[in-house]
Amino acid sequence: MARAVTPRRKALFTMIAWAIGLVIFFPILWTILTSFKTEAQAISDPPVFLFFDWTLENYSVVQERSNYMRFLWNSVIIAGGSTLLGVMIAVPAAWSMAFVPSTRTKDILLWMLSTKMLPAVGVLYPIYLIFIELGLLDTRTGLVIVLMLINLPIIVWMLYTYFKEIPGEILEAARMDGATLKEEILYVLTPMAIPGIASTVLLNFILAWNEAFWTLNLTAAKAAPLTAFIASYSSPEGLFYAKLSAASTMAIAPILILGWFSQKQLVRGLTFGAVK
Amino acid sequence: MATKASRSAARLMMAPAVILLMGWMLVPLVLTVFFSFKKYLPLRGDRWQNGLDWVGFDNYVRFVSSSSFWPAVQTTLIIVLGVLIITVSLGVLLALLLDQPMWGQGIVRILVIAPFFVMPTVSALVWKNMFMDPNNGLFAHLWQFFGAEPVSWLSEASLPSIILIVSWQWLPFATLILLTAIQSLDSEQLEAAEMDGAPILSRFGHIVLPHLGRAITIVILIQTIFLLSVFAEIFVTTGGAFGSRTLTYLIFQRVLESQNVGLGSAGGVYAIILANIVAIFLMRIVGKNLDT
Amino acid sequence: MGKIELKQVTKSFGDVQVIPPLDLTIEDGEFTVFVGPSGCGKSTLLRLIAGLEDITSGHIEIDGKDATNLVPAKRGLAMVFQSYALYPHMSVRKNIAFPLKMAKMDQAAIKKRVEGAAQVLNLTDYLDRRPGQLSGGQRQRVAIGRAIVREPSAFLFDEPLSNLDAALRVGMRMEISELHKKLDTTMVYVTHDQVEAMTMADKIVVLQAGVIEQVGSPLELYRAPRNIFVAGFIGSPKMNLISGAEAASHDAHTIGIRPEHIDVVESDGQWQGTVGVSEHLGSDTFFHIHNTGLADTLTVRAIGDVNLRHGDTIHLKPRTAEFHRFDAQGLRIA
Repeated sequence: MARAVTPRRKALFTMIAWAIGLVIFFPILWTILTSFKTEAQAISDPPVFLFFDWTLENYSVVQERSNYMRFLWNSVIIAGGSTLLGVMIAVPAAWSMAFVPSTRTKDILLWMLSTKMLPAVGVLYPIYLIFIELGLLDTRTGLVIVLMLINLPIIVWMLYTYFKEIPGEILEAARMDGATLKEEILYVLTPMAIPGIASTVLLNFILAWNEAFWTLNLTAAKAAPLTAFIASYSSPEGLFYAKLSAASTMAIAPILILGWFSQKQLVRGLTFGAVK
Repeated sequence: MATKASRSAARLMMAPAVILLMGWMLVPLVLTVFFSFKKYLPLRGDRWQNGLDWVGFDNYVRFVSSSSFWPAVQTTLIIVLGVLIITVSLGVLLALLLDQPMWGQGIVRILVIAPFFVMPTVSALVWKNMFMDPNNGLFAHLWQFFGAEPVSWLSEASLPSIILIVSWQWLPFATLILLTAIQSLDSEQLEAAEMDGAPILSRFGHIVLPHLGRAITIVILIQTIFLLSVFAEIFVTTGGAFGSRTLTYLIFQRVLESQNVGLGSAGGVYAIILANIVAIFLMRIVGKNLDT
Repeated sequence: MGKIELKQVTKSFGDVQVIPPLDLTIEDGEFTVFVGPSGCGKSTLLRLIAGLEDITSGHIEIDGKDATNLVPAKRGLAMVFQSYALYPHMSVRKNIAFPLKMAKMDQAAIKKRVEGAAQVLNLTDYLDRRPGQLSGGQRQRVAIGRAIVREPSAFLFDEPLSNLDAALRVGMRMEISELHKKLDTTMVYVTHDQVEAMTMADKIVVLQAGVIEQVGSPLELYRAPRNIFVAGFIGSPKMNLISGAEAASHDAHTIGIRPEHIDVVESDGQWQGTVGVSEHLGSDTFFHIHNTGLADTLTVRAIGDVNLRHGDTIHLKPRTAEFHRFDAQGLRIA
């Protein structure tokens, strides 16, 4: 963009873009605003935008009444656990594919990707049955395993693309310096790949946090994460807009913040490196 | 290129991931195919431990000939196509816009991307209650303000409503990927075209769009795979009522709600085949990209 | 200490044999340079010695012991890579200490060795910096430092100077030569630059397509290239190669004469031609001469600055005693 831009043109683009941006963001903004209203103001006609009595009451009500902390904790454990477990399994696999490629590497990568394409509903009952048999239904362990498996292909792929950018000579240098394979991965590869690993963790944490098929179908009360907690508002409590908003804000706020950090990784992670 | 020792180490280190995914793919798949040929009604006392009756292709035939099948296919197609058309066309425009010089570009980008990070149950619920509710929703207020009769969106116009919600969630994804693709366009190429005297529209048509072609294809394929299995948005808003039952939702109902596992499994096999047809195209593109 | 022997070593990648059976002995303490055009297999050969690649057949002996199946770490060799391959997340100190840490040496001894190496290499002031904060030459030194602390039985260098600019390259060339004199350890050095080979080597190994074309000291290669390939590869500017009637008159299929062995004379030269491009370096002048009837272009070196312009006729007198004669197979005729 070495071209000169007239201020007028820039102002025009700024206005249009901001207007569109705000329209797209509005539902989130509205939710956040509503969460600070009283129930009466939340459904007042005409709606109030900013000039209402700001209150934190909804947040405390939601926390007290619905045991919000337990759902939050379940979400953290399930999203965090599945991501960490996935990374632990994926790092060695990605190392192999990036630094010791064979003629089959490409096929394996594509095959892993293809498992991600399997429609969940197609295998819902078998998984449900297996979960019952193994006593995993409505347990955090069960969800950690399932979410790890559905995200594993993405984790492997992302790590693979990051590892590919690390020059193989550095790992060979470590080998010449007498490092064993374990030491090579632990002391040389991992520290160098920290930014990539962090982005991978971030994106997969988000994906696992928001996952809403398996979490809805494989949990009841004990292991239900925030996705299920929110779904439980669908009726009739959903009529309490302010509380619904407070609950929603709490469920999405951490992820919105993490998500803003991971914009770039999103592209890499979700297009499997096909768009750079 | 490496030594035998490192190659065998590589195989060993790849093994956990490969074995786990293999199990994750094969075990449920085999079971689904197995059940699809069986009469399996757990509520009527069928237990897999006791053996199930073989019914051949009955379930497949019944699934397709049921009165809900074709409407479900139609609903699925309408939702997938509707969302694709909206997200891709708006995505291209938004990406072009965001690529322009402006003040506060980073913030606008954040605003546009935000919906992607909202969990599906939250966005469905927020849209359902706070926007589309016929009494207290914001849309109702807006309609009343202009003197119109409020619409009860999710029952009277369930498909457009769901398409709106899902598009809102996926527009950021399309925009972000297309924006990344636009930014990778060599600006010298555009400047060269400008030097050659190409007017702005033909620059867009001859350089920008072809450059975006691949990214658009990828957006379409990836979104299709996700959109075919849209679930939470329907689960929360209409529960499959008012003509919003997609193939995915139909299978879900057969399997978990009415507990006709054999029938649902046959549906599942159809869904798997459908997804694979899309997946093959996606894999081709991704695979080609791996070579370079 | 550091004698390396390759016996009937071959290497294939899939069906492609990149190194046909090859024998080579590198004596202890020798500075050996592998030189050849890119893709000649010189780096592969080095990696085979290092153990970073398996050999397909044959044996490698280091210090008289069979090392064919040893992992790189157990071969007692240190390697300096083309990209330096420094660990970007570690300080210079940690980089140099890494091999010692891997060898489970105790902290005090590591510190002593690292500081010793830093002193030798003028890196003492930079020990706590990261590689990213260093210049190319300094990075190179860190890579060398990491190699010498291990006190290996031999050093392997894979085109270590190719990422440096021309001026630095000359300086580092000297430093590495100095280091060799000081340590008196075997060094195996890979380069595509024949100047590096000529200036540094005790022994040069010229490779082409995985085959050793000639092994010898720099001057042996310069004076008596075994074939046309070596003749053309060693020496700068390149040797002039002439075939046809002129060669036949010397009982050869091709004759070669180096630019520095052709004198420019006022008149009565054996050969003459028109001056094309001339490169004035001050100390010497290189003329590229056309229309000699011998070859497309003849390169001639004249001492000092000779005043001939583009298109002038030039008279040349080759020193016939310096002719190299080759047969139809390209082999030297004694």
